[in-house]
Formats: sequence, structure tokens, C-alpha cells
Amino acid sequence: MGYSAEKLSEEKVFKDPVHRYVHVRDRVIWDLIGTREFQRLRRIRQLGTTFLTFHGAEHSRLNHSLGVYEIVRRIIDDFFAGRPEWDGQERLLSLCAALLHDLGHGPFSHSFEKVFDLDHEHFTRQIILGDTEVNRVLSKVDTLFPKMVAEVIAKTYENKLVVSLISSQIDADRMDYLQRDAYFTGVSYGHFDMERILRVMRPREDQVVIKHSGMHAVEDYIMSRYQMYWQVYFHPVTRSAEVILTKILHRAKRLYESGYQFKHEPRHFYSLFAGDVSLEDYLKMDESMMLYYFQMWEEESDPILSDLCDRFVNRKLFKYTEFHPSNDQMNKLMELNSLFKKAGIDPEYYLVVDSSSDLPYDFYRPGEEEERLPIHLLKNNGDIRELSRESEIVDAISGKRRTDHKLYFPEDLLREGPSKRNIKRQIRKLLELE
Amino acid sequence: MFKDHAKIINAISAAGEIAGRKKLQKIIYIAKKLSFPFQEKFTFHFYGPYSEELTLRIEELCNMGYLNEVKEKKAGYYQYCYSITGPGEDFLSMHDLDMPALKNCLLDMNGQNARFLELVSTVLYFDTLEKEEVAEKIFTLKSKQKYTHEEIDEAYEYIRQLREKAAADQPNIQG
Repeated sequence: MGYSAEKLSEEKVFKDPVHRYVHVRDRVIWDLIGTREFQRLRRIRQLGTTFLTFHGAEHSRLNHSLGVYEIVRRIIDDFFAGRPEWDGQERLLSLCAALLHDLGHGPFSHSFEKVFDLDHEHFTRQIILGDTEVNRVLSKVDTLFPKMVAEVIAKTYENKLVVSLISSQIDADRMDYLQRDAYFTGVSYGHFDMERILRVMRPREDQVVIKHSGMHAVEDYIMSRYQMYWQVYFHPVTRSAEVILTKILHRAKRLYESGYQFKHEPRHFYSLFAGDVSLEDYLKMDESMMLYYFQMWEEESDPILSDLCDRFVNRKLFKYTEFHPSNDQMNKLMELNSLFKKAGIDPEYYLVVDSSSDLPYDFYRPGEEEERLPIHLLKNNGDIRELSRESEIVDAISGKRRTDHKLYFPEDLLREGPSKRNIKRQIRKLLELE
Repeated sequence: MFKDHAKIINAISAAGEIAGRKKLQKIIYIAKKLSFPFQEKFTFHFYGPYSEELTLRIEELCNMGYLNEVKEKKAGYYQYCYSITGPGEDFLSMHDLDMPALKNCLLDMNGQNARFLELVSTVLYFDTLEKEEVAEKIFTLKSKQKYTHEEIDEAYEYIRQLREKAAADQPNIQG
């Protein structure tokens, strides 16, 4: 029996608060979980800075990756196996892609990638194809197997049904993170009847379709996703922490480029600052390490770096006000920018517009943005219908992007100190703080 | 502040008017792959490289009144056309973004159709693969578009020409 078909002598189970148990029987999956690159995901939070808003949100990308694997395993083993449209040869590939889909995420990856111009998908590919423990496990299956796993994750694999299991508008990735993030943040949104959805999923040539009788469970899933985005993922306090984190990284990079002598040398950041980060260096980066530097940098002599780190570590976040981008608001922003400079508060670090946007569900638009595969319902007579054509609830939010803009600033700096009191008062007035 | 927004306005201004969201997405992606400094992150969606960030940025620029979006009815679908407004020009004048090589590339790309730009962007997305593998990917992933070997050859030749144009004024970009 080859490695790809090898089973453990006894099934292993991981206790999981969302799925109760995660079941592992395949030797390949067990070996992948034990690799150093997969274990690194324990040190990267699934929700980045959200723990500063919802204190329970300390769960890691490892938790989520196991959850996505378990959902895909259940779809395949419990509902797809034996159906003529499903190719059993794709089972192990689908499981590996599900388990490894987030492998390349860096610490606080949203800000981290933005500041250092990195892409976690690039590193996922590098880890799977490079000189790593993960690659050695996958290569034991077949020399071409790592490439196939990387292609599924990159959505460029030829069998789109396999891709759609982890990347579509109703996939295992979303189904896990919505429930897991709801559980750990403690919010009451994010819950939907996953069992029902799994039972009505059917494999088709290009994607998973949903039996028409399961439409209401899918409606619930879409509404739950909508709620989670606005109540949790785009929470303004979380975004404030994200803004500060981004500015810390920008400041540290700027200081390094200007030859500033750090009291505590950021050795782990050197290749990032230079824009030439190797896979080896990248894999050393995790959130524990980042937080360690932030604590050290609180003692730096640069007042901006020190202040921003103090704010992040001790949760002294920026306040915010609504900002609706328009020509008038932009003029006001320019005025604020100039007043901040006069007040001795660098607007580059202390006056920030942040935007969040989400499209809850999208349908197919011929000729234009055909970028998202819609959810299709399978009717009793075998016809396929796009979800928003059948569901009035989904139709009401389909294709409607919701965007939110906020202006962040340190209210404490605008109120304290005897200097520049008139200018600060003008700023407070413009920000409608008084 | 808003420098990344200014870069997008600059691109649309340089191109004159861009007809179609898909075309706009592919033009910015290709320009980014030519090493022009666009920050938007692209991932491979079912039909090629696509950026959610760019979609959001365009929407913001329209809200700010810096870009004009016109919805035009075509045979069986709607198309959105983008051009710069007066306030957009004022905003752009506050940023120093003069990139003559970019303008030449953008004008050239804007003269191509969206179908061809989709092919060019897909070839660039797979630029770490050998040409035969790229062709195989295109025939598999974009089977509905029915691209031919001749079109793929044209895409490679077009990329070569664009790289030359991009390198003309920027010695750090490899021709």
C-alpha cells in the first residue's frame, strides 16, 4: 500500500469547540499536522487585532485550518463519496489543500502584508513547493503532488469542483471561520445550520451546488456572514488597533531606512525592511515575536515609535469619527492635516482614514465583473438556478457593496498639554469633539 | 495622504477614459506586473487576476467626486466607463506622479480589447511557468474563452513590447 492510501492504525481525534471532534485517519494528514510550518500557525491569531475588542478572540490559524479540513473531510466522506460526479482520486488532494490553505499567513497579516508589500498566498506556495517539512511530506505522495496542492489553493487547478470546496461563496473556509469566530468572540451572530447545508450539497462538474430544499439554510448562512462582517470583522475598535499596528511597522521601517540607531535592534525585521525576505526569515515571523519587539520599542528614544507601541501594547487606541469621502470632506481633511502639523502632531502617523467594504453575495454579470462564482440551486427537475433568482432575501442584498470609512486620531493628544491650545481647539472643533 | 488613490486617478487620466471594469482591472494588474508602483493586491479569481482593493478604491474615488462613472447599456449587459473629473484633476495636481513610460503603456493597453487584456494578464499571472505550461493553463482554466495558440503568441509578443515601453524611461525596469 502506498503512502497516499496509508491509514493510521487507530483514528486520531482533536477536541474542537466548533465541530466537537476533528477526525484524522490518513497518515499524510497526520504527518502534515506535525510539521513545523503547520505548527507555526499556532502562533498566529485567526483574527489579528480583534482580541483587543473581543477578548475571547485569541484562537489561532491552526484551529481554523483543522476546522476547514474537518468540513471538507465530512463533505467528501459523508456526502460526496460514491456519487458519479465526484472523483474519489481527488480526496487526498482536497483534504491537504483544505488543511494547508492558510499556511503562508504572516503575523497580523493584514497590516504586515500592506507595509512590507507581501502576499501570504505567495508564501503558501513557497512553503508547499520549497525546502520545507510540508514539502517533504507531500512529495512522498508523488513528486507532482505539492504542485497540485498549491494549484488548488491558488484557484488555478483544473478541477474547479475541488477548488470550490475551499474557495467559493459557500465553501468550507467561510463555513468554519464564521462559526469559529462567532464562538471565540462570543457574539450571537455567525450561527447557521451547517449540518443542513452539508446534507444538501451536491457535486457538479464545475462547482458544488445546493439542493433547492436547502435554500433557507443558505439564506441564513449569507445573512450570518453579513452580520459577522459588520459586527466583528469591521469593528471600528479593531480597525483602530490595526491602524496603529500599521503605523508602528511604517515607523520602524522609516527609522531603519534613515539610519536610526535602535536601542533594541530589530534583527528579525532587517530583510523585511530591505524588501528581500527569504522563506527562512519569513517562517521565523510570528505574533509572539512581533509583540516582543513592540514591548521593547516602547523604550525607544523616537517619540513616535515609542508612543505607538505603548498605544498598541496597552490598548490606548485612537478614537474615530465618521468620514464620508466627498470633495468637502477631503478639503476638511487637508485642513486637519495642516493643523495637525502646526500642533506638532505628525499627521502621517496620527490622522488616518480607514475604509472597509464588503459585498455579502454576488451574482454573475455577463461581460463585466464575472469574478465570483455564484451559488447555484439544484431544482427537483434537475435544473440549476442562481440563488438570488430564487431567494428574495438574498436578492435584496445581492451585488450591493457596503462601505464604511472612518477617520482615526489620538483624542488624548488633542486635549493634553499647555502648548498649541488654540490649534488643538480648532482641530477638536473640526472633528466635532466639542 | 491618499497617494495610492492618486496613482489610480493618474492612470485613468493618462489613459483618457477606460471602458469596462474588467478592462480597468486588467490594465492596472498588467501595469503592476510591469513594475509600476501600484499597491493593490490581486488574486486569481475564477476568470483571472482581480483586485477587491482596486474595486473599493474606484468606488471611493467616485464617491469623492474625483472619477466619473457612466453606466452604458451594451448588447445583453451593462458596462461602466471611467474618466477623471475637474476636482479629480485638482487632487491629482497635488501629487507628483509624472511617469511618461506609464502613460505610453496605458494608452497602448487602453487601445486593446478586454478579452485580449484578460489573456495578457493571465499569461503574466503564470510568468513563473514555461510557455507550454502557460498555454495548457489557459486552455484549461479559460476554456470558455477559446483562446488560440496564435493569440497566446500575440500576448507574449505584446508583453515584450510593453516591457520595452515601460523600460524606456525607467532604467530600473528590465526590458
